[in-house]
Amino acid sequence: MNKASGFTKQRMIISALALIALLATPHFLGFHHQDLLIFLTINVLAVCSYRLVTLTGEWSLIHAVMMGVGAYTVALSVNHFDLAIWFTLPLAGMVAGLVAALLCFPLLRMTQFYFLIGSFAAGEAIRLTWVEFVGVFGGTSGLRGVEAPVVFGIDFLDPIPYFYFTLCVVSFCLFILYRIENSRIGLTLHAIHWKAPLAESVGVDAWRYRALAFILGSFFVGIAGGLKVHYLGSVTPNQFAIGFMVFILIWVIVGGYNKFYGPIIGVVVLTIFDESIRSFEVIRPAIYGAMLILSILFLPLGLESIPAKIKAWFKSEPAPQKPPLSDQ
Amino acid sequence: MPILEISNVTKQFGGLLALDDVSFQVEEGEIRGLIGPNGAGKSTMFKNIAGFYEPTKGSIKYRGTNIEGKKPHTIAEMGIVRTFQETTLFQELSVFENALIGAHMKSRTNVFSAVLGLDRLKQEAASEKVMEVLEFMGLIERRDQLAAELPLGSQRALALAIALVSEPKLMLMDEPFAGMNPEETNHMMELTRKVRESGITIVLVEHDMKAVMGLCNYLTVLNFGKLLAEGTPDEIRNNDRVIEAYLGGAK
Repeated sequence: MNKASGFTKQRMIISALALIALLATPHFLGFHHQDLLIFLTINVLAVCSYRLVTLTGEWSLIHAVMMGVGAYTVALSVNHFDLAIWFTLPLAGMVAGLVAALLCFPLLRMTQFYFLIGSFAAGEAIRLTWVEFVGVFGGTSGLRGVEAPVVFGIDFLDPIPYFYFTLCVVSFCLFILYRIENSRIGLTLHAIHWKAPLAESVGVDAWRYRALAFILGSFFVGIAGGLKVHYLGSVTPNQFAIGFMVFILIWVIVGGYNKFYGPIIGVVVLTIFDESIRSFEVIRPAIYGAMLILSILFLPLGLESIPAKIKAWFKSEPAPQKPPLSDQ
Repeated sequence: MPILEISNVTKQFGGLLALDDVSFQVEEGEIRGLIGPNGAGKSTMFKNIAGFYEPTKGSIKYRGTNIEGKKPHTIAEMGIVRTFQETTLFQELSVFENALIGAHMKSRTNVFSAVLGLDRLKQEAASEKVMEVLEFMGLIERRDQLAAELPLGSQRALALAIALVSEPKLMLMDEPFAGMNPEETNHMMELTRKVRESGITIVLVEHDMKAVMGLCNYLTVLNFGKLLAEGTPDEIRNNDRVIEAYLGGAK
Protein backbone atom coordinates (compact mmCIF):
# COMPACT_ATOMS: atom_id res chain seq x y z
CA MET A 1 0.00 0.00 0.00
CA ASN A 2 1.61 3.21 -1.11
CA LYS A 3 0.90 6.09 1.17
CA ALA A 4 0.25 9.44 -0.44
CA SER A 5 3.33 11.39 0.44
CA GLY A 6 1.65 14.72 -0.23
CA PHE A 7 2.17 17.00 -3.21
CA THR A 8 5.62 18.44 -3.59
CA LYS A 9 6.17 21.62 -5.56
CA GLN A 10 7.82 19.72 -8.39
CA ARG A 11 4.89 17.39 -8.66
CA MET A 12 2.44 20.27 -8.80
CA ILE A 13 4.30 21.94 -11.68
CA ILE A 14 4.42 18.70 -13.62
CA SER A 15 0.71 18.13 -13.02
CA ALA A 16 -0.13 21.66 -14.16
CA LEU A 17 1.89 21.26 -17.36
CA ALA A 18 0.30 17.89 -18.03
CA LEU A 19 -3.14 19.40 -17.55
CA ILE A 20 -2.44 22.25 -20.00
CA ALA A 21 -1.09 19.79 -22.54
CA LEU A 22 -4.16 17.64 -22.07
CA LEU A 23 -6.55 20.57 -22.53
CA ALA A 24 -4.72 21.73 -25.66
CA THR A 25 -4.39 18.28 -27.24
CA PRO A 26 -7.73 18.04 -29.11
CA HIS A 27 -7.04 21.30 -30.97
CA PHE A 28 -4.03 19.75 -32.70
CA LEU A 29 -5.76 16.55 -33.70
CA GLY A 30 -7.81 15.53 -36.68
CA PHE A 31 -11.39 14.39 -36.36
CA HIS A 32 -10.48 10.72 -36.17
CA HIS A 33 -7.98 11.29 -33.40
CA GLN A 34 -10.36 13.51 -31.47
CA ASP A 35 -12.77 10.58 -31.44
CA LEU A 36 -10.01 8.34 -30.24
CA LEU A 37 -9.07 10.76 -27.48
CA ILE A 38 -12.63 10.76 -26.14
CA PHE A 39 -12.81 6.97 -26.15
CA LEU A 40 -9.40 6.83 -24.49
CA THR A 41 -10.62 9.12 -21.71
CA ILE A 42 -13.68 6.93 -21.23
CA ASN A 43 -11.52 3.79 -21.21
CA VAL A 44 -9.37 5.33 -18.46
CA LEU A 45 -12.44 5.30 -16.24
CA ALA A 46 -13.18 1.72 -17.32
CA VAL A 47 -9.73 0.44 -16.28
CA CYS A 48 -9.57 2.42 -13.04
CA SER A 49 -12.98 1.19 -11.93
CA TYR A 50 -11.87 -2.33 -12.82
CA ARG A 51 -8.85 -1.91 -10.58
CA LEU A 52 -11.16 -1.23 -7.64
CA VAL A 53 -12.77 -4.63 -8.20
CA THR A 54 -9.37 -6.34 -8.41
CA LEU A 55 -8.24 -4.78 -5.12
CA THR A 56 -10.04 -7.59 -3.31
CA GLY A 57 -8.03 -10.12 -5.31
CA GLU A 58 -10.95 -11.15 -7.49
CA TRP A 59 -10.75 -10.70 -11.26
CA SER A 60 -14.10 -10.55 -13.00
CA LEU A 61 -15.03 -10.90 -16.67
CA ILE A 62 -18.25 -8.95 -16.39
CA HIS A 63 -16.83 -5.44 -16.27
CA ALA A 64 -17.31 -4.73 -19.99
CA VAL A 65 -20.92 -5.89 -19.77
CA MET A 66 -21.49 -3.57 -16.80
CA MET A 67 -20.26 -0.75 -19.03
CA GLY A 68 -22.90 -1.91 -21.49
CA VAL A 69 -25.55 -1.82 -18.76
CA GLY A 70 -24.72 1.86 -18.26
CA ALA A 71 -24.73 2.45 -22.02
CA TYR A 72 -28.13 0.81 -22.53
CA THR A 73 -29.53 2.71 -19.56
CA VAL A 74 -28.52 5.98 -21.17
CA ALA A 75 -29.77 4.99 -24.62
CA LEU A 76 -33.17 3.94 -23.26
CA SER A 77 -33.57 6.92 -20.96
CA VAL A 78 -32.71 9.39 -23.75
CA ASN A 79 -34.81 7.70 -26.42
CA HIS A 80 -37.89 7.16 -24.26
CA PHE A 81 -37.82 9.89 -21.64
CA ASP A 82 -35.52 12.46 -23.19
CA LEU A 83 -33.61 12.82 -19.91
CA ALA A 84 -30.78 15.36 -19.66
CA ILE A 85 -27.18 14.18 -19.36
CA TRP A 86 -27.08 15.30 -15.70
CA PHE A 87 -29.64 12.62 -14.94
CA THR A 88 -28.66 9.94 -17.40
CA LEU A 89 -25.06 9.54 -16.24
CA PRO A 90 -25.80 9.00 -12.53
CA LEU A 91 -28.69 6.78 -13.57
CA ALA A 92 -26.32 4.71 -15.73
CA GLY A 93 -24.05 4.23 -12.73
CA MET A 94 -26.90 3.38 -10.40
CA VAL A 95 -28.47 0.81 -12.72
CA ALA A 96 -25.08 -0.87 -13.26
CA GLY A 97 -24.50 -0.79 -9.49
CA LEU A 98 -27.93 -2.28 -8.86
CA VAL A 99 -27.39 -5.09 -11.36
CA ALA A 100 -24.02 -5.75 -9.69
CA ALA A 101 -25.66 -5.79 -6.25
CA LEU A 102 -28.15 -8.43 -7.39
CA LEU A 103 -25.38 -10.48 -8.99
CA CYS A 104 -23.39 -10.44 -5.75
CA PHE A 105 -25.64 -13.07 -4.26
CA PRO A 106 -24.83 -15.83 -6.74
CA LEU A 107 -21.36 -14.61 -7.85
CA LEU A 108 -19.71 -13.87 -4.51
CA ARG A 109 -20.38 -17.39 -3.31
CA MET A 110 -17.42 -18.19 -5.56
CA THR A 111 -13.83 -17.05 -5.50
CA GLN A 112 -10.81 -17.09 -7.79
CA PHE A 113 -11.19 -19.08 -11.00
CA TYR A 114 -14.81 -19.98 -10.30
CA PHE A 115 -15.69 -16.34 -9.78
CA LEU A 116 -13.97 -15.49 -13.06
CA ILE A 117 -15.99 -18.05 -15.00
CA GLY A 118 -19.18 -17.27 -13.07
CA SER A 119 -18.86 -13.58 -13.83
CA PHE A 120 -18.27 -14.35 -17.51
CA ALA A 121 -21.41 -16.50 -17.62
CA ALA A 122 -23.49 -13.84 -15.86
CA GLY A 123 -22.17 -11.22 -18.27
CA GLU A 124 -23.06 -13.32 -21.30
CA ALA A 125 -26.55 -13.83 -19.86
CA ILE A 126 -27.02 -10.07 -19.70
CA ARG A 127 -25.55 -9.54 -23.15
CA LEU A 128 -27.78 -12.20 -24.69
CA THR A 129 -30.76 -10.49 -23.08
CA TRP A 130 -29.93 -7.44 -25.18
CA VAL A 131 -29.68 -9.64 -28.28
CA GLU A 132 -32.87 -11.60 -27.69
CA PHE A 133 -35.29 -8.96 -26.40
CA VAL A 134 -35.40 -7.14 -29.71
CA GLY A 135 -38.43 -5.02 -28.81
CA VAL A 136 -36.71 -3.34 -25.89
CA PHE A 137 -32.99 -3.53 -26.67
CA GLY A 138 -33.04 -3.66 -30.46
CA GLY A 139 -31.34 -7.05 -30.86
CA THR A 140 -27.92 -7.38 -32.49
CA SER A 141 -28.15 -3.99 -34.17
CA GLY A 142 -28.77 -2.41 -30.77
CA LEU A 143 -30.23 1.02 -30.13
CA ARG A 144 -29.59 3.97 -32.38
CA GLY A 145 -30.48 7.58 -32.76
CA VAL A 146 -29.49 8.58 -29.24
CA GLU A 147 -29.40 12.33 -29.72
CA ALA A 148 -26.29 14.12 -28.60
CA PRO A 149 -26.93 16.22 -25.52
CA VAL A 150 -26.98 19.98 -25.68
CA VAL A 151 -25.75 21.62 -22.48
CA PHE A 152 -25.90 25.39 -21.96
CA GLY A 153 -26.34 25.78 -25.70
CA ILE A 154 -23.20 23.76 -26.47
CA ASP A 155 -23.78 20.89 -28.83
CA PHE A 156 -21.92 17.80 -27.62
CA LEU A 157 -21.93 16.38 -31.11
CA ASP A 158 -18.80 18.51 -31.50
CA PRO A 159 -15.89 16.43 -30.16
CA ILE A 160 -13.94 19.23 -28.48
CA PRO A 161 -16.56 20.35 -25.94
CA TYR A 162 -17.54 16.74 -25.39
CA PHE A 163 -13.91 15.86 -24.69
CA TYR A 164 -13.75 18.58 -22.03
CA PHE A 165 -17.00 17.37 -20.52
CA THR A 166 -15.75 13.75 -20.51
CA LEU A 167 -12.47 14.84 -18.98
CA CYS A 168 -14.32 16.58 -16.13
CA VAL A 169 -16.60 13.62 -15.41
CA VAL A 170 -13.75 11.10 -15.60
CA SER A 171 -11.46 13.22 -13.41
CA PHE A 172 -14.19 13.56 -10.81
CA CYS A 173 -14.77 9.80 -10.81
CA LEU A 174 -11.02 9.10 -10.60
CA PHE A 175 -10.77 11.45 -7.64
CA ILE A 176 -13.49 9.49 -5.83
CA LEU A 177 -11.86 6.17 -6.72
CA TYR A 178 -8.50 7.46 -5.48
CA ARG A 179 -10.00 8.64 -2.21
CA ILE A 180 -11.69 5.30 -1.65
CA GLU A 181 -8.49 3.39 -2.30
CA ASN A 182 -6.50 5.54 0.11
CA SER A 183 -9.10 5.44 2.85
CA ARG A 184 -9.79 2.87 5.52
CA ILE A 185 -11.88 1.02 2.93
CA GLY A 186 -8.82 0.58 0.70
CA LEU A 187 -6.82 -0.85 3.60
CA THR A 188 -9.62 -3.28 4.38
CA LEU A 189 -9.83 -4.39 0.73
CA HIS A 190 -6.08 -4.97 0.76
CA ALA A 191 -6.44 -7.03 3.94
CA ILE A 192 -9.14 -9.19 2.36
CA HIS A 193 -7.01 -9.73 -0.72
CA TRP A 194 -3.93 -10.97 1.11
CA LYS A 195 -5.09 -12.54 4.38
CA ALA A 196 -8.85 -12.89 4.42
CA PRO A 197 -8.98 -15.12 7.54
CA LEU A 198 -6.88 -12.63 9.53
CA ALA A 199 -9.13 -9.78 8.43
CA GLU A 200 -12.23 -11.77 9.35
CA SER A 201 -10.79 -12.61 12.75
CA VAL A 202 -10.75 -8.92 13.67
CA GLY A 203 -14.31 -8.35 12.51
CA VAL A 204 -14.11 -7.69 8.75
CA ASP A 205 -17.15 -8.96 6.90
CA ALA A 206 -15.23 -10.03 3.80
CA TRP A 207 -18.36 -10.72 1.75
CA ARG A 208 -19.69 -7.22 2.28
CA TYR A 209 -16.44 -5.59 1.24
CA ARG A 210 -16.08 -7.74 -1.85
CA ALA A 211 -19.66 -6.80 -2.70
CA LEU A 212 -18.88 -3.13 -2.09
CA ALA A 213 -15.89 -3.19 -4.43
CA PHE A 214 -17.87 -5.01 -7.10
CA ILE A 215 -20.84 -2.63 -6.87
CA LEU A 216 -18.72 0.53 -6.82
CA GLY A 217 -16.58 -0.71 -9.73
CA SER A 218 -19.75 -1.41 -11.70
CA PHE A 219 -21.21 1.98 -10.78
CA PHE A 220 -18.24 3.85 -12.24
CA VAL A 221 -17.92 1.71 -15.35
CA GLY A 222 -21.65 2.23 -15.87
CA ILE A 223 -20.95 5.96 -16.04
CA ALA A 224 -18.17 5.25 -18.53
CA GLY A 225 -20.65 3.33 -20.67
CA GLY A 226 -23.05 6.25 -20.45
CA LEU A 227 -20.38 8.69 -21.61
CA LYS A 228 -19.67 6.47 -24.59
CA VAL A 229 -23.24 6.20 -25.82
CA HIS A 230 -23.88 9.93 -25.43
CA TYR A 231 -21.08 10.53 -27.90
CA LEU A 232 -21.54 7.59 -30.27
CA GLY A 233 -25.30 7.92 -30.40
CA SER A 234 -25.74 4.17 -30.64
CA VAL A 235 -25.10 1.01 -28.65
CA THR A 236 -24.84 -2.63 -29.71
CA PRO A 237 -24.34 -5.81 -27.67
CA ASN A 238 -21.10 -6.57 -29.49
CA GLN A 239 -19.33 -3.47 -28.22
CA PHE A 240 -19.28 -5.02 -24.76
CA ALA A 241 -18.49 -8.60 -25.70
CA ILE A 242 -15.54 -10.56 -24.31
CA GLY A 243 -13.23 -8.93 -26.85
CA PHE A 244 -13.51 -5.58 -25.12
CA MET A 245 -13.20 -7.25 -21.72
CA VAL A 246 -9.91 -8.77 -22.85
CA PHE A 247 -8.73 -5.28 -23.80
CA ILE A 248 -9.57 -4.01 -20.31
CA LEU A 249 -7.58 -6.90 -18.80
CA ILE A 250 -4.62 -6.23 -21.10
CA TRP A 251 -4.57 -2.52 -20.32
CA VAL A 252 -4.67 -3.18 -16.58
CA ILE A 253 -2.04 -5.92 -16.62
CA VAL A 254 0.38 -4.23 -19.02
CA GLY A 255 0.04 -0.92 -17.21
CA GLY A 256 0.53 -2.58 -13.83
CA TYR A 257 -2.22 -3.15 -11.32
CA ASN A 258 -0.24 -2.52 -8.14
CA LYS A 259 -0.53 1.25 -8.36
CA PHE A 260 -3.51 3.48 -8.91
CA TYR A 261 -2.02 5.07 -12.03
CA GLY A 262 -0.74 1.79 -13.54
CA PRO A 263 -3.89 0.96 -15.54
CA ILE A 264 -4.05 4.58 -16.78
CA ILE A 265 -0.52 4.27 -18.16
CA GLY A 266 -1.49 0.93 -19.69
CA VAL A 267 -4.52 2.20 -21.55
CA VAL A 268 -2.82 5.39 -22.73
CA VAL A 269 0.41 3.75 -23.94
CA LEU A 270 -1.28 0.81 -25.62
CA THR A 271 -3.86 3.01 -27.34
CA ILE A 272 -1.15 5.29 -28.72
CA PHE A 273 0.94 2.26 -29.68
CA ASP A 274 -1.98 0.61 -31.40
CA GLU A 275 -2.66 3.80 -33.33
CA SER A 276 0.98 4.27 -34.32
CA ILE A 277 1.22 0.86 -35.98
CA ARG A 278 -1.95 1.47 -37.94
CA SER A 279 -0.04 1.61 -41.25
CA PHE A 280 1.18 -1.97 -40.83
CA GLU A 281 -2.38 -3.14 -41.24
CA VAL A 282 -1.69 -6.82 -41.95
CA ILE A 283 0.79 -7.56 -39.20
CA ARG A 284 -0.74 -5.14 -36.69
CA PRO A 285 -2.33 -7.81 -34.48
CA ALA A 286 0.93 -9.75 -34.49
CA ILE A 287 2.95 -6.70 -33.42
CA TYR A 288 0.41 -5.92 -30.73
CA GLY A 289 0.48 -9.51 -29.48
CA ALA A 290 4.27 -9.65 -29.48
CA MET A 291 4.45 -6.42 -27.50
CA LEU A 292 2.05 -7.89 -24.93
CA ILE A 293 4.04 -11.06 -24.52
CA LEU A 294 7.27 -9.09 -24.18
CA SER A 295 5.85 -6.72 -21.61
CA ILE A 296 4.43 -9.54 -19.52
CA LEU A 297 7.70 -11.46 -19.71
CA PHE A 298 10.00 -8.59 -18.91
CA LEU A 299 7.75 -6.26 -16.95
CA PRO A 300 5.57 -8.45 -14.78
CA LEU A 301 4.77 -5.44 -12.60
CA GLY A 302 3.72 -3.45 -15.64
CA LEU A 303 4.86 -0.28 -17.34
CA GLU A 304 4.29 1.50 -14.06
CA SER A 305 7.45 -0.17 -12.66
CA ILE A 306 9.78 1.26 -15.35
CA PRO A 307 10.68 4.56 -13.58
CA ALA A 308 11.64 2.71 -10.39
CA LYS A 309 13.76 0.30 -12.44
CA ILE A 310 15.57 3.12 -14.25
CA LYS A 311 16.17 4.94 -10.98
CA ALA A 312 17.63 1.82 -9.41
CA TRP A 313 19.81 1.29 -12.48
CA PHE A 314 21.23 4.81 -12.39
CA LYS A 315 21.95 4.68 -8.71
CA SER A 316 23.38 1.22 -9.42
CA GLU A 317 21.49 0.02 -6.41
CA PRO A 318 21.39 -3.71 -5.90
CA ALA A 319 18.11 -5.34 -6.86
CA PRO A 320 15.63 -5.41 -3.98
CA GLN A 321 16.61 -8.31 -1.81
CA LYS A 322 14.58 -10.43 0.50
CA PRO A 323 14.31 -8.67 3.83
CA PRO A 324 16.50 -10.21 6.54
CA LEU A 325 14.60 -12.56 8.81
CA SER A 326 16.41 -11.48 11.91
CA ASP A 327 18.20 -8.32 12.90
CA GLN A 328 19.96 -9.78 15.87
CA MET B 1 -21.37 -17.28 34.44
CA PRO B 2 -18.41 -18.74 32.54
CA ILE B 3 -17.17 -16.59 29.67
CA LEU B 4 -16.99 -19.64 27.41
CA GLU B 5 -19.08 -22.76 27.73
CA ILE B 6 -18.45 -25.68 25.39
CA SER B 7 -21.14 -28.34 25.63
CA ASN B 8 -20.98 -31.73 23.92
CA VAL B 9 -19.24 -30.39 20.82
CA THR B 10 -18.75 -32.96 18.07
CA LYS B 11 -17.09 -32.21 14.75
CA GLN B 12 -17.09 -34.77 12.01
CA PHE B 13 -15.25 -34.55 8.68
CA GLY B 14 -16.75 -37.34 6.61
CA GLY B 15 -15.69 -40.50 8.42
CA LEU B 16 -13.23 -38.73 10.68
CA LEU B 17 -14.39 -37.76 14.15
CA ALA B 18 -12.15 -34.78 14.96
CA LEU B 19 -14.01 -33.83 18.13
CA ASP B 20 -16.14 -36.29 20.05
CA ASP B 21 -18.59 -34.93 22.61
CA VAL B 22 -16.21 -32.45 24.23
CA SER B 23 -17.43 -30.21 27.06
CA PHE B 24 -15.51 -27.71 29.15
CA GLN B 25 -15.88 -24.21 30.55
CA VAL B 26 -13.57 -21.24 30.78
CA GLU B 27 -14.00 -18.68 33.54
CA GLU B 28 -13.39 -14.97 33.11
CA GLY B 29 -9.80 -13.91 33.74
CA GLU B 30 -8.20 -17.28 33.09
CA ILE B 31 -5.25 -18.25 30.99
CA ARG B 32 -6.50 -21.62 29.86
CA GLY B 33 -4.25 -24.06 28.08
CA LEU B 34 -5.72 -26.48 25.56
CA ILE B 35 -3.16 -29.25 25.10
CA GLY B 36 -2.87 -32.72 23.70
CA PRO B 37 -0.79 -34.81 21.29
CA ASN B 38 -0.81 -34.08 17.56
CA GLY B 39 -4.21 -34.64 15.98
CA ALA B 40 -6.04 -34.41 19.29
CA GLY B 41 -8.47 -31.83 17.89
CA LYS B 42 -7.16 -28.69 19.58
CA SER B 43 -7.04 -26.55 16.47
CA THR B 44 -10.38 -27.92 15.30
CA MET B 45 -11.86 -26.83 18.61
CA PHE B 46 -10.41 -23.36 18.10
CA LYS B 47 -11.84 -23.06 14.64
CA ASN B 48 -15.25 -24.09 15.97
CA ILE B 49 -15.13 -21.41 18.63
CA ALA B 50 -13.91 -18.69 16.26
CA GLY B 51 -16.56 -19.49 13.66
CA PHE B 52 -14.27 -20.87 10.96
CA TYR B 53 -16.01 -24.27 11.38
CA GLU B 54 -19.51 -25.12 12.50
CA PRO B 55 -19.81 -27.96 15.03
CA THR B 56 -21.66 -31.06 13.80
CA LYS B 57 -23.34 -31.33 17.18
CA GLY B 58 -23.28 -29.51 20.50
CA SER B 59 -23.31 -25.89 21.54
CA ILE B 60 -20.77 -23.14 22.23
CA LYS B 61 -21.89 -20.32 24.50
CA TYR B 62 -20.10 -17.03 24.99
CA ARG B 63 -21.40 -15.27 28.10
CA GLY B 64 -24.63 -17.21 27.81
CA THR B 65 -25.21 -16.55 24.09
CA ASN B 66 -24.98 -19.33 21.55
CA ILE B 67 -22.29 -18.61 18.97
CA GLU B 68 -21.89 -21.93 17.19
CA GLY B 69 -22.25 -21.59 13.41
CA LYS B 70 -21.92 -17.81 13.47
CA LYS B 71 -19.57 -16.15 10.98
CA PRO B 72 -16.01 -15.27 12.13
CA HIS B 73 -16.59 -11.51 11.81
CA THR B 74 -19.76 -11.71 13.90
CA ILE B 75 -17.93 -13.62 16.60
CA ALA B 76 -15.12 -11.06 16.48
CA GLU B 77 -17.68 -8.31 16.98
CA MET B 78 -18.96 -10.10 20.08
CA GLY B 79 -15.44 -9.94 21.54
CA ILE B 80 -13.72 -13.21 20.62
CA VAL B 81 -10.59 -12.74 18.53
CA ARG B 82 -8.16 -15.45 17.47
CA THR B 83 -4.53 -15.36 16.50
CA PHE B 84 -3.14 -17.81 13.98
CA GLN B 85 -0.77 -20.73 13.87
CA GLU B 86 2.47 -19.72 12.20
CA THR B 87 2.94 -16.06 11.57
CA THR B 88 -0.06 -14.62 9.79
CA LEU B 89 0.74 -10.99 9.04
CA PHE B 90 0.68 -8.59 6.13
CA GLN B 91 4.37 -8.88 5.30
CA GLU B 92 4.21 -6.08 2.71
CA LEU B 93 2.72 -3.54 5.14
CA SER B 94 4.36 -1.60 7.93
CA VAL B 95 3.99 -2.59 11.56
CA PHE B 96 1.66 0.36 12.07
CA GLU B 97 -0.54 -0.53 9.09
CA ASN B 98 -0.72 -4.14 10.25
CA ALA B 99 -1.96 -3.12 13.65
CA LEU B 100 -4.34 -0.62 12.04
CA ILE B 101 -6.14 -3.47 10.30
CA GLY B 102 -7.00 -4.73 13.77
CA ALA B 103 -8.85 -1.45 14.36
CA HIS B 104 -11.45 -2.35 11.75
CA MET B 105 -14.42 -2.40 14.11
CA LYS B 106 -13.44 0.96 15.55
CA SER B 107 -12.78 2.77 12.31
CA ARG B 108 -15.14 1.16 9.85
CA THR B 109 -16.57 3.79 7.57
CA ASN B 110 -18.88 4.24 4.61
CA VAL B 111 -17.97 5.37 1.12
CA PHE B 112 -19.30 8.91 1.54
CA SER B 113 -17.43 9.58 4.76
CA ALA B 114 -14.28 8.06 3.30
CA VAL B 115 -14.41 10.19 0.14
CA LEU B 116 -15.34 13.41 1.95
CA GLY B 117 -13.01 12.76 4.88
CA LEU B 118 -15.86 12.92 7.40
CA ASP B 119 -14.46 9.95 9.30
CA ARG B 120 -11.26 11.72 10.28
CA LEU B 121 -11.90 11.76 14.02
CA LYS B 122 -12.73 8.08 13.96
CA GLN B 123 -9.54 7.29 12.02
CA GLU B 124 -7.47 9.39 14.40
CA ALA B 125 -8.95 7.56 17.38
CA ALA B 126 -8.04 4.28 15.70
CA SER B 127 -4.47 5.47 15.11
CA GLU B 128 -4.19 6.48 18.75
CA LYS B 129 -5.40 3.08 19.88
CA VAL B 130 -2.85 1.46 17.58
CA MET B 131 -0.01 3.54 19.02
CA GLU B 132 -1.14 2.67 22.52
CA VAL B 133 -1.09 -1.05 21.76
CA LEU B 134 2.26 -0.85 19.95
CA GLU B 135 3.68 0.88 23.01
CA PHE B 136 2.19 -1.82 25.23
CA MET B 137 3.71 -4.57 23.09
CA GLY B 138 7.08 -2.85 22.85
CA LEU B 139 6.81 -2.37 19.09
CA ILE B 140 6.54 1.40 19.02
CA GLU B 141 10.08 1.97 17.72
CA ARG B 142 9.51 -0.43 14.86
CA ARG B 143 6.21 1.05 13.73
CA ASP B 144 7.45 2.13 10.28
CA GLN B 145 9.33 -1.06 9.53
CA LEU B 146 7.85 -3.63 7.18
CA ALA B 147 6.39 -6.61 9.01
CA ALA B 148 8.59 -8.89 6.87
CA GLU B 149 11.70 -7.27 8.33
CA LEU B 150 10.87 -8.14 11.94
CA PRO B 151 12.49 -11.01 13.82
CA LEU B 152 10.18 -13.90 14.62
CA GLY B 153 9.53 -12.82 18.22
CA SER B 154 8.43 -9.36 17.14
CA GLN B 155 6.30 -10.79 14.35
CA ARG B 156 4.39 -12.83 16.90
CA ALA B 157 4.09 -9.81 19.15
CA LEU B 158 2.68 -7.91 16.17
CA ALA B 159 0.15 -10.67 15.50
CA LEU B 160 -0.89 -10.30 19.12
CA ALA B 161 -1.03 -6.52 18.71
CA ILE B 162 -3.41 -6.81 15.73
CA ALA B 163 -5.74 -8.89 17.89
CA LEU B 164 -5.40 -6.51 20.85
CA VAL B 165 -6.23 -3.41 18.83
CA SER B 166 -9.64 -4.93 18.15
CA GLU B 167 -10.24 -4.89 21.93
CA PRO B 168 -11.30 -8.48 22.51
CA LYS B 169 -12.73 -9.88 25.73
CA LEU B 170 -11.61 -13.39 24.96
CA MET B 171 -8.49 -14.14 22.97
CA LEU B 172 -7.78 -17.48 21.31
CA MET B 173 -4.07 -17.98 20.70
CA ASP B 174 -3.07 -20.77 18.34
CA GLU B 175 0.48 -21.99 19.14
CA PRO B 176 1.95 -18.61 20.06
CA PHE B 177 5.32 -20.08 21.03
CA ALA B 178 5.92 -22.43 18.08
CA GLY B 179 9.42 -22.14 16.63
CA MET B 180 10.67 -19.65 19.21
CA ASN B 181 13.98 -19.76 21.03
CA PRO B 182 13.88 -19.76 24.86
CA GLU B 183 14.52 -16.02 25.05
CA GLU B 184 11.69 -15.22 22.64
CA THR B 185 9.43 -17.66 24.48
CA ASN B 186 10.08 -15.91 27.78
CA HIS B 187 9.36 -12.53 26.24
CA MET B 188 6.16 -13.80 24.69
CA MET B 189 5.05 -15.34 28.01
CA GLU B 190 5.56 -11.99 29.65
CA LEU B 191 3.48 -10.27 26.98
CA THR B 192 0.74 -12.85 27.33
CA ARG B 193 0.61 -12.26 31.08
CA LYS B 194 0.40 -8.54 30.48
CA VAL B 195 -2.51 -9.06 28.12
CA ARG B 196 -4.30 -11.16 30.72
CA GLU B 197 -3.65 -8.49 33.38
CA SER B 198 -5.30 -5.92 31.13
CA GLY B 199 -8.50 -7.89 31.63
CA ILE B 200 -8.58 -10.24 28.65
CA THR B 201 -9.34 -13.91 29.12
CA ILE B 202 -7.00 -16.14 27.15
CA VAL B 203 -7.35 -19.63 25.76
CA LEU B 204 -4.25 -20.98 24.10
CA VAL B 205 -3.27 -24.08 22.16
CA GLU B 206 0.40 -24.89 22.63
CA HIS B 207 2.94 -27.69 22.38
CA ASP B 208 5.67 -26.01 24.42
CA MET B 209 4.99 -27.70 27.76
CA LYS B 210 7.32 -25.47 29.71
CA ALA B 211 5.48 -22.37 28.53
CA VAL B 212 2.08 -23.94 29.09
CA MET B 213 2.90 -25.07 32.61
CA GLY B 214 4.38 -21.72 33.51
CA LEU B 215 1.64 -19.61 32.04
CA CYS B 216 -1.70 -21.33 32.39
CA ASN B 217 -3.71 -21.53 35.58
CA TYR B 218 -5.80 -24.43 34.30
CA LEU B 219 -5.40 -27.00 31.54
CA THR B 220 -7.77 -28.93 29.35
CA VAL B 221 -6.28 -32.03 27.71
CA LEU B 222 -7.69 -33.49 24.52
CA ASN B 223 -6.74 -36.85 23.00
CA PHE B 224 -8.16 -38.36 19.80
CA GLY B 225 -10.92 -35.76 19.85
CA LYS B 226 -12.06 -36.65 23.35
CA LEU B 227 -11.67 -34.78 26.62
CA LEU B 228 -8.93 -36.64 28.49
CA ALA B 229 -8.40 -34.63 31.64
CA GLU B 230 -8.74 -31.22 33.24
CA GLY B 231 -6.88 -29.66 36.11
CA THR B 232 -4.16 -27.34 37.31
CA PRO B 233 -0.72 -27.73 35.74
CA ASP B 234 0.44 -29.76 38.74
CA GLU B 235 -2.50 -32.13 38.55
CA ILE B 236 -2.03 -32.61 34.82
CA ARG B 237 1.70 -33.21 35.17
CA ASN B 238 0.98 -36.12 37.51
CA ASN B 239 -2.07 -37.47 35.74
CA ASP B 240 -1.42 -41.05 34.64
CA ARG B 241 -3.77 -40.93 31.69
CA VAL B 242 -2.11 -37.79 30.34
CA ILE B 243 1.36 -39.26 30.70
CA GLU B 244 0.18 -42.39 28.91
CA ALA B 245 -1.36 -40.36 26.08
CA TYR B 246 1.81 -38.38 25.52
CA LEU B 247 4.18 -41.28 25.83
CA GLY B 248 1.93 -43.69 23.94
CA GLY B 249 1.67 -46.19 26.82
CA ALA B 250 5.41 -46.88 26.78
CA LYS B 251 5.90 -46.86 30.48
